[in-house]
Amino acid sequence: MIKIGGRRVPMRELSPEERIKNFSSVPLGYTEAEAVREAQRCLQCRGVPCEVYCPIHLRVLDMIRAIAARRFQEAFFIIQADNPLPAITGRVCPQESQCEGVCPLAQDGRGLNIGKLEAFVADWARARGLREKLQIKERPQRVAVIGSGPAGLICAYDLRRWGYQVVVFEALHKAGGVLQYGIPAFRLPTEVVDYEISYLQEIGVEFRLNFFVGQNIPFAELRRDFAAIFIGTGAGAPLFLGIEGENLKGVYSANEFLIRVNLMKAYRFLEYDTPIICGRRVGVIGAGNVAMDAARCARRLGAEEVYILYRRTRKESPARDEEIQHALEEGIIWMELVAPRRFLGDEKGWCRGVELVRMRLGEPDSSGRPRPLPIEGSEFVLELETVIEALGTTPNRLFLKQAPELAVNRWGLIQVDDNLQTNLPGVFAGGDAIRGNATVILALGDGRKAAAAIHRQLSEAER
Amino acid sequence: MKARIIERRQLCPEIYLYKIEAPHVAERFRPGQFVIIQTHEKGERIPLTVAEAQPEKGIISLVFQVVGKSTLHLSLLQKGQYLENCVGPLGNPSEIRRFGRVVCVGGGTGIACLWPILKALKAVGNEVLTIIGARTAERLILVEEIRQASSQVFITTDDGSQGEKGLVTDVLARWINSPAGASSPAIDRVIAIGPAPMMKKVAEVTRPQRIKTIVSLNTIMVDGTGMCGSCRVFLGQTMKLACIDGPEFDAHRVNFDDVISRLEMFRQKEKLALETYRRQLAAQREGLAPKELHPKRLSSD
Ligand SMILES: Cc1cc2nc3c(=O)[nH]c(=O)nc-3n(C[C@H](O)[C@H](O)[C@H](O)COP(=O)(O)OP(=O)(O)OC[C@H]3O[C@@H](n4cnc5c(N)ncnc54)[C@H](O)[C@@H]3O)c2cc1C
Ligand code: FES
Repeated sequence: MIKIGGRRVPMRELSPEERIKNFSSVPLGYTEAEAVREAQRCLQCRGVPCEVYCPIHLRVLDMIRAIAARRFQEAFFIIQADNPLPAITGRVCPQESQCEGVCPLAQDGRGLNIGKLEAFVADWARARGLREKLQIKERPQRVAVIGSGPAGLICAYDLRRWGYQVVVFEALHKAGGVLQYGIPAFRLPTEVVDYEISYLQEIGVEFRLNFFVGQNIPFAELRRDFAAIFIGTGAGAPLFLGIEGENLKGVYSANEFLIRVNLMKAYRFLEYDTPIICGRRVGVIGAGNVAMDAARCARRLGAEEVYILYRRTRKESPARDEEIQHALEEGIIWMELVAPRRFLGDEKGWCRGVELVRMRLGEPDSSGRPRPLPIEGSEFVLELETVIEALGTTPNRLFLKQAPELAVNRWGLIQVDDNLQTNLPGVFAGGDAIRGNATVILALGDGRKAAAAIHRQLSEAER
Repeated sequence: MKARIIERRQLCPEIYLYKIEAPHVAERFRPGQFVIIQTHEKGERIPLTVAEAQPEKGIISLVFQVVGKSTLHLSLLQKGQYLENCVGPLGNPSEIRRFGRVVCVGGGTGIACLWPILKALKAVGNEVLTIIGARTAERLILVEEIRQASSQVFITTDDGSQGEKGLVTDVLARWINSPAGASSPAIDRVIAIGPAPMMKKVAEVTRPQRIKTIVSLNTIMVDGTGMCGSCRVFLGQTMKLACIDGPEFDAHRVNFDDVISRLEMFRQKEKLALETYRRQLAAQREGLAPKELHPKRLSSD
């Protein structure tokens, strides 16, 4: 008999030595027996804190119960009814600060592995081609969704289920947003993303790829041709430090580095045509998920020394625990309390290093985290051939420029009311486009909420 | 979205003009803009010049020079085959106004990029003096089209095989530095499109007289929509993105040394890809490679 509580069923993973040679998924996933054992540890709390602290309040407890009873199909339909992308959220949600963090078992570090259980049921269903059979009652109204990241995908899914004619416009040649171009395959395999998107196509969502709304098709035209619009354009424009040496060859934004690697598959160069140049010594500026992803990609591209250069400390890092853990196992070197002053180059214009200044932590700033302060005179040089700036991103100004009638705040985030409606009637927005750098699950929550609001508005208009 | 090739024309040994079906690009295109294409599923995203748009037919004309694997592959596609993806129009259109006397300077495929711009400039009443150049007469492209669209055309070749022997910038320098008189009224604007070193030289020639000079920067790009920053250029200390802030910039503010240096970033890898592809092609010709090099896409009709 398994004692209730007990130890977390360990997740089998590729060994660090193996991992850094390829882009295969690091966690190998639970087997049926492992999943059942893990699910049986659940204490079945009355207050279901895991559901309360889930940003979209998924029915975690029912799913766990079904898994514990080996009713995997039922578990899948329970979770899928509220979340069309469980294979994705199970892998990328910051569970430690949501469901798993509030699990009573987490008190002594043995919290239920809810994320991996969610991914397990989704993978189990995918392996069997199991999908919800929808009876769609067609409605004539057309709804446009701009952007195919998680916010846009879930919004399209919900609206289509309710019978709307949904067209998703995506600027890139592949749908998925950050899931496709940002998060690397060793964390979120490309086939998982493609599978989820193919489901939307199957139920009749139309994807128009290679369309940047505003630039390739006027926003006004969409407003004229569609009964409602959802804007899920994300926050995909990279920030740069604005210091000396950013013109050097070998200095990338994390976005460029990750787009080349993930979307364009530069790690399979020669089979794929897009090149990437990654030196032996690489420095990544920043310590969020994006920084970890870039660092781990660099390691897999053959870099021998990869540094995380962070101006605060590990405690303040916004990255998922699992990501930091994996990065450290893979030999990433964590250098904290340092900030770049300038990049140094050789006479041919290639990056050769970075001048860093040591930092100390001061009083908390507006983000609640201690403000890093430079220690004057502590500058030193770290030799690097490649620098990746992972400083966060902002909304794309090209779209905002082409849709000036849309109200935004001073950070370029689209302003919305409680129903996620913008200042323009019938135009809704959600995800990173209204929040800045947030999370997949919050984007899903927004897309879903906006879909419901659009549905209310359009069905009222019908009456 | 796939785009079908409906006409394929070789303009000179290494430069081609393709007409492709891209109705929504044709409808929105304005002179100065470009597209990003991918020739096959595993291909690179590369920016290409749009030389002409025929919205009524839903057709655009692309002009490209074979410089690497992607353009070599493109040059091997035939009429009826498809580009895997084509997104556009991208970038800002040229400023088209009545400036007075405009000098347009073009080199290489830049000449194709200039063509719609000078047509538009002439249509609004500018006097358009065009200088185009190439290494040899054989490599000059669109001479007739440029002649028809300009008020006057001057040609230079490095070897003197057509027009004047020398560089486009020699002619420009002569015009600018000749004493102003009734017969040579001032130049109101210069537009230069071509290889980066040529544009740099043009900027140097026009700088002393402070003649407003516009260049169109052909940086490395990936998305073309402001997401990656690979196309960043520096105007003094200010960083701009060529894809969404450009591609045209004030030549006197552009740091050309950075532009030229950054264009070389992937040179080694590009060479490797090209050599590998050439070897594969040769092997295929000799029937040694059973595998397909890239998915063949035949016309659907
Ligand atoms: C490298 C990286 C790692 C991350 N890791 C995690 C993680 O582990 N866990 C987590 O929860 N979150 C993570 N995030 C954050 C998360 O991915 C985002 O919060 C989420 O994807 C936002 O979703 P979205 O739908 O709002 O926008 P996005 O996913 O950004 O999608 C927006 C889409 O809109 C398209 N678009 C933009 N403008 C237009 C236009 N005008 N016309 C047409 N299309 C347009 C873009 O091309 C893009 O495809 C990560 C982000 C990055 C970059
Ligand atoms: S090409 Fe990516 S930002 Fe310009």
